Amino acid sequence: MIYIGYLIVFGCCLTAVLGLFTSWVDRKVTARVQYRVGPPVLQPVFDVIKLLGKETLIPDGASKLTFLAAPVVGLSSVILVSTILWMNVIHPQQTFLGDLIVVLYLLTVPSMSIIMGGFASGNPLASIGSSREMKLILSYELPFVLAILVPVIHSHYSIRLGDILNMQSGSGVIIGNFSGSIAFIVALLCVQAKLGLVPFDMPEAETEIIGGPFVEYSGAGLAIFRLMKNMLLFVMPFFLMILFMGGIRFDGIHIFNALLKYLGTVALITVIRNTNPRVRIDQALRFFWGPMTVLAIIAIILAYRGW
Amino acid sequence: MSLKLTALLKSPWVFHLSTGSCNNCDIEIIDCLTPRFDIERFGMLLAGSIKHADVLLVTGSANRKCIPRIKRVYEQMPKPCFVVAIGECALSRGMFIHSYNCPVPIDHILPVDAYIPGCPPKPEAIIAGAVKLIEKVKNGTAKKAKNEK
Repeated sequence: MIYIGYLIVFGCCLTAVLGLFTSWVDRKVTARVQYRVGPPVLQPVFDVIKLLGKETLIPDGASKLTFLAAPVVGLSSVILVSTILWMNVIHPQQTFLGDLIVVLYLLTVPSMSIIMGGFASGNPLASIGSSREMKLILSYELPFVLAILVPVIHSHYSIRLGDILNMQSGSGVIIGNFSGSIAFIVALLCVQAKLGLVPFDMPEAETEIIGGPFVEYSGAGLAIFRLMKNMLLFVMPFFLMILFMGGIRFDGIHIFNALLKYLGTVALITVIRNTNPRVRIDQALRFFWGPMTVLAIIAIILAYRGW
Repeated sequence: MSLKLTALLKSPWVFHLSTGSCNNCDIEIIDCLTPRFDIERFGMLLAGSIKHADVLLVTGSANRKCIPRIKRVYEQMPKPCFVVAIGECALSRGMFIHSYNCPVPIDHILPVDAYIPGCPPKPEAIIAGAVKLIEKVKNGTAKKAKNEK
């Protein structure tokens, strides 16, 4: 019963609020980088409310059920991931063995839902976007999993997030190690691709294929997709914080510390997104399977040697 | 005013449709998004797809080839939505008023809520027009808002 409480309070509500706030931070920092003023704090909330109130159009050639179910599938998997992560932060001892693997699997479901929705809408531009998303998943998953092996090796081969957190509160954060910092860089760039932000935003490329998989979505479907993306913008840096920076602690000065770590990670992601042009899909594939995979393997070898 | 319309006025996403304009009005619309004017302050974003849009900005003189397409684009826009005519050509066909190819101004084809004159209108004029549209919706005199009630 208490797990359902966690699902509703932390997984759903708190993550949604923090996700919408993070998306505002992202837009505000983007605006300041471009020497603009930027939107007010409640802007992402108004966007979602507005989209919920609009008409939902279903295109003629679309597969209706898949088209409408895809955003819900994505959103529910993000809620599950965030519940597992919050549980780990609040009670590191009470989680189950192998939750790291569960989180890794659930984190691919939002991308899958985008692919599903794009293909179901029957729009040629959406199909192009979905096929690019598919190639992007294939490219970034390999270095991402390799980079995540580094914290696993440092915490004596445990695949429980709780053990990784306990190890870090005992003997220093993983990003402090040489191998940990290399793995963090690799994981951060993979997160950039997972969130679909600018150097790797070719699935939705606003100026090229006008929104990719989302091109036919309107009203509630688009609102849920936007909420999903905003929540993912909170969940991914949070996941990186748990793996590499010792997570969040709620006692005394540690809250301030956690806030600083979180905003730092988000600001880093935003600055990367604002200072880079969009790459082609083949360049992204070469980048992830080439330099990133090599770096991740080097980090694993260093971690194995105890650096 | 319902929550739906309040939220709509806080984040109106615009889509611009050129119906045979000289592109000058389109450039001025894009100008509104630049750091100098920055309409993202008011939550306005340029939507790439008509299915995401709330406000349709029409420029140009609506020639015969364009008219069926304008109607199709308007029908694809999720309601409630608003239409703004920008530039002299869209308002009254401007210098093309005697042309065989421009039979009617835009407001004979679509329910236009705000008119922004100028050839091309300045970005300040476009922002002033957006403010007038918002006032109109708040008073409940906008065409689409009336249909909603």
